Amino acid sequence: MKSKERIVLDALEINRALSRVAHEVIERNRGLSDLTLVGIRTGGVHLAHRLAGRLKEIEGVVLPVGALDITLYRDDLHTKREQPAVRKTEIGFDITDKKVILVDDVLFTGRTIRAAMDELIDFGRPREIQLAVLIDRGHRELPIRANYVGKSLPTAADEKVKVLLREEGEEDRVIIGNGTEP
Amino acid sequence: MGLNLKDLISIKDLDRDELRLILDTAESFKEVGARDIKKVPTLRGKTVVNLFFEPSTRTRTSFELAAKRLSADLVNIAISSSSVVKGETLLDTARNIEAMQADLIVVRHPCAGAPLLLAQKMTSAVINAGDGAHEHPTQALLDLFTIRERKKTLEGLTVVIVGDILHSRVARSAIHAFKMVGSSIRVVGPPTMIPREIAHWGVEVFYQYEEALKGADVIMILRLQLERQDGSLFPTIREYANLYGLTPRRLAMAKDDVLVMHPGPINRGIEIAPEVADGLSSAILSQATNGVAVRMAVLYLLSGVTKHEPADSQRTAH
Repeated sequence: MKSKERIVLDALEINRALSRVAHEVIERNRGLSDLTLVGIRTGGVHLAHRLAGRLKEIEGVVLPVGALDITLYRDDLHTKREQPAVRKTEIGFDITDKKVILVDDVLFTGRTIRAAMDELIDFGRPREIQLAVLIDRGHRELPIRANYVGKSLPTAADEKVKVLLREEGEEDRVIIGNGTEP
Repeated sequence: MGLNLKDLISIKDLDRDELRLILDTAESFKEVGARDIKKVPTLRGKTVVNLFFEPSTRTRTSFELAAKRLSADLVNIAISSSSVVKGETLLDTARNIEAMQADLIVVRHPCAGAPLLLAQKMTSAVINAGDGAHEHPTQALLDLFTIRERKKTLEGLTVVIVGDILHSRVARSAIHAFKMVGSSIRVVGPPTMIPREIAHWGVEVFYQYEEALKGADVIMILRLQLERQDGSLFPTIREYANLYGLTPRRLAMAKDDVLVMHPGPINRGIEIAPEVADGLSSAILSQATNGVAVRMAVLYLLSGVTKHEPADSQRTAH
């Protein structure tokens, strides 16, 4: 059965949300010194690059951007029959004593962020980890909270939220569909 | 997609997509080996047993590092210290290990088929780390990985396999793998070391090393297995080295960017000249590095299928 999907953010609204988050980052950190960005694969990496672009436009500073694949740190691997695909983690800079802004597309249970923080700490000892997400859809299962939120979206637990981005060949938009989707 | 296999006994267990999945996964694991903290928590609580009925340093260490970098617990069992000397059968040894809740068992055995027998009778995942003259699938996978890393592709390459094809499980696994990815294969060696049935494998056979080397992208040298010779396959080691040793002069007959590979341990001055082994074309040390990443990928991909029936009921006919 075909699910009902509706658009909750379009391309323009995603852009505005990113611009606001960029300004909040600058304000909160009083500039961009010692900041680094690490996106969580796949959506978070694209958003981290966009955020870096926005920050460069505003402050003229180029921040290093890394990519994190959290598969190896998931807490549900022992429950799976087939292991999920592992992609590459690429952090080409030292994060020790730096402020790291983790970037993800959707914040849901918080389990991905737990895994991401564990993985980050295997790379060094950051001075601080902050979290930026495009969508916070609620339903946390761990005590985790984002510092920067593009849009808070009240959802039912069985609804699906998808962030589609032009880097993946889609038109920029965030859609929400009901849980009966195939 | 995942790897829907319980065991890895032969390269023939895999299709092209599964083979590519293992190589792609290994690429991600190679990054873990480049970190300061070379460890991920992925296989915490899993137990890997290295069950080796034949001496091995490289392969055993490689699996050991792979398991440890994935945070699995690892036990090494070598024949000299095992119950085999007390008369226990292979199956009884393995069943006892399984009863201690081993999740993955890495087996090397002098008899072809021993890992398959274990795979059929056990619920643990079994990985063949070399069985007689049959197969050594993780070696072929790491060879493919190394070639793909350097050459960016595997399709259309000309690969020359040199030496004792007859006794070589490395060659057998490699030939299956290279065929699957579309490389063309030449084998060269003394006629006594080239199996008769090789015509059916879809490879070109050469007896003259120089001829085989023309246009070669990759030279895979096999170790002269001195311990497996009964003394009648070639007259002297010196003659073998003269005819089938890779010297700088012979190396120059292959393509300029030829890659030289050897599964190790190398017999310097016999199948490979020291200046070639240590030269710019040599990928021998990369093979060792990549071996750990490839074995991490195999352990990871096979660890997902936890409770399952023995392989009897799954696909397989070797």
